[in-house]
Amino acid sequence: MTKLTVNKLRVDLGGKSVISDVSIAISLGDWICVIGPNGAGKSSLLKAIAGILPSGGDMFIDDVNLRGLSHRDRACWIAYVAQDPIMPPGMTVFNYVLLGRTAHLKMLASESHVDFEVAHFVITELGLEAFLDRDVMTLSGGERQRVAIARALTQASPIVLLDEPTTALDVGYQQEVLELIDRLCKEKKIAVISTMHDLTVAGLYPKELLLLHHGKIYDAGKPDQVLTRENIAEVYGANIEIISTNGMLAVIPVRLQT
Amino acid sequence: MRTATARRMPRWVWAISAVAVLVTITLGVCVGAVYITPANVWAALLGQFATGIPSISEAQETIIWQLRLPRVLLAFVVGSMLASAGCAYQGTFRNPLADPYLLGVSAGAGLGATLIIVNSSVTKNFYLPVAAFVGAMAAVSLTYFLGRSAISGRSSTALILAGVAVASVLTALQTLIQQQNTDVLREVYSWILGRLSTSGWSELLVIAPYILICSYVLLRYRRVLDVFSVGDEEAQTMGLPVSKARGAIIVAASLGTAAAVSVSGLIGFVGIIVPHILRLISGNSYRTLLPLSMIFGGVFLVLADILARTVLAPQEISIGVITALLGAPFFLFVLGSSKSGSIS
Repeated sequence: MTKLTVNKLRVDLGGKSVISDVSIAISLGDWICVIGPNGAGKSSLLKAIAGILPSGGDMFIDDVNLRGLSHRDRACWIAYVAQDPIMPPGMTVFNYVLLGRTAHLKMLASESHVDFEVAHFVITELGLEAFLDRDVMTLSGGERQRVAIARALTQASPIVLLDEPTTALDVGYQQEVLELIDRLCKEKKIAVISTMHDLTVAGLYPKELLLLHHGKIYDAGKPDQVLTRENIAEVYGANIEIISTNGMLAVIPVRLQT
Repeated sequence: MRTATARRMPRWVWAISAVAVLVTITLGVCVGAVYITPANVWAALLGQFATGIPSISEAQETIIWQLRLPRVLLAFVVGSMLASAGCAYQGTFRNPLADPYLLGVSAGAGLGATLIIVNSSVTKNFYLPVAAFVGAMAAVSLTYFLGRSAISGRSSTALILAGVAVASVLTALQTLIQQQNTDVLREVYSWILGRLSTSGWSELLVIAPYILICSYVLLRYRRVLDVFSVGDEEAQTMGLPVSKARGAIIVAASLGTAAAVSVSGLIGFVGIIVPHILRLISGNSYRTLLPLSMIFGGVFLVLADILARTVLAPQEISIGVITALLGAPFFLFVLGSSKSGSIS
């Protein structure tokens, strides 16, 4: 089964080590969520895997060395959605989603009907038909995120990286986007690595959590193993309580003095 | 279910464009010190290729073939190049203020032209365009070299800043030379404000190959310009070799602009106003915006040149003055009257 292996990844920015010694292995159909406080290196980790931050260490998909690939070949393996994707004003949803086919086209070629079909298929899958001709600038936060995910899926890469897909969203939209990602992992057998801010939400969907602290892996494993009182106190410097009901975790902040 | 189709401009847009081109070119050839009827213009044009068309006087034929037509076509080609170069720069830098002169083209061309104008011992007709072209290309190369080595091509802002710096230095040099030679001030200014006085077909024939090739390259990159609109980082993760593509677009746009200004002088506003007016009408996708900019940049400059020739006839106004005086208020009018003024 296809598997992404990242081994001893390191990223230096301006002489400062941002990520060091991070190793990840993820198979298709899995969802790993990277958590950690502000500045722990979550976004840098995703950007390094996406190839937009220079990094050291090995990255393989099965026995394909990602280091040796062109931007275009790499994009056929890995898609990436930024934390706050730029929505080009005046562009329709369909044309935006269609941009995802770039990796499958020669640089100066235009799309064929196959590319149109793929974009339409993804748009239908994600229930975005009603938005086809809408200007992407007029979309709400949740719609934007879904349209950006649609663009990443149109790229048809087995690995999808999502930087904070739910951060700016209200709880309803959050749920909608998370359910969508969960369904895509399971049905389409894509591997998702996301970062997330909200610890309770992070404990709810992903199969595995990766807790980053100062650019290193502090702990990794199933949500109930990683989301512990001790881990959060140490890494976030926060005083919390973990409540577990029906196998679901909730992270509750506790006031220091009452 | 709807069928999968690309969102393309309807055919009638291209039909209107074709009509606009034919009408303005005809008008440009008709209007001047001697008015020639459109029928006679077409008789002269078609008479070269077909028989049985009523012939017109030899004088009119000379005016059409040797004076008006080369000038009108030159205006069209220059306007088309300036507008598409501006459009391409705006796309690749994701900057609405980008114009064809962004990376120092104007300052370099201005310095080159000034050096020739003050040097009375050379044949200006021949050397002026050459010097302007060399100056423009040298300035862009310098900007590109400095901007890339600053942050190793990761940020396009570095390139724009390098362009500003290069332009400042070259403009300062040009001003210095100009101050030392106040006797040619008038000539220098007339060049800087742009002028399209031609002598036959030579200018057009010299710049046409550059402009045709550059326009073709930019047209091939129109989908890539759309990919740039999601930002450099995401464009790269979508498989676009960002630096390479930007480099190719900059080279094509700069080379074409340099060729255009070498014979026309520094005509302003076309490269920024034409694409933005079209954005308000056709949307922001470069797939349609770029070809439309080529067409209507040409149309706009032919119309501006008609005014430059006729308003104060027999005196000619610098065409750059016309494009600024008419273009800017018209642009503001369009901007103000469009409710969803989505300028990216």
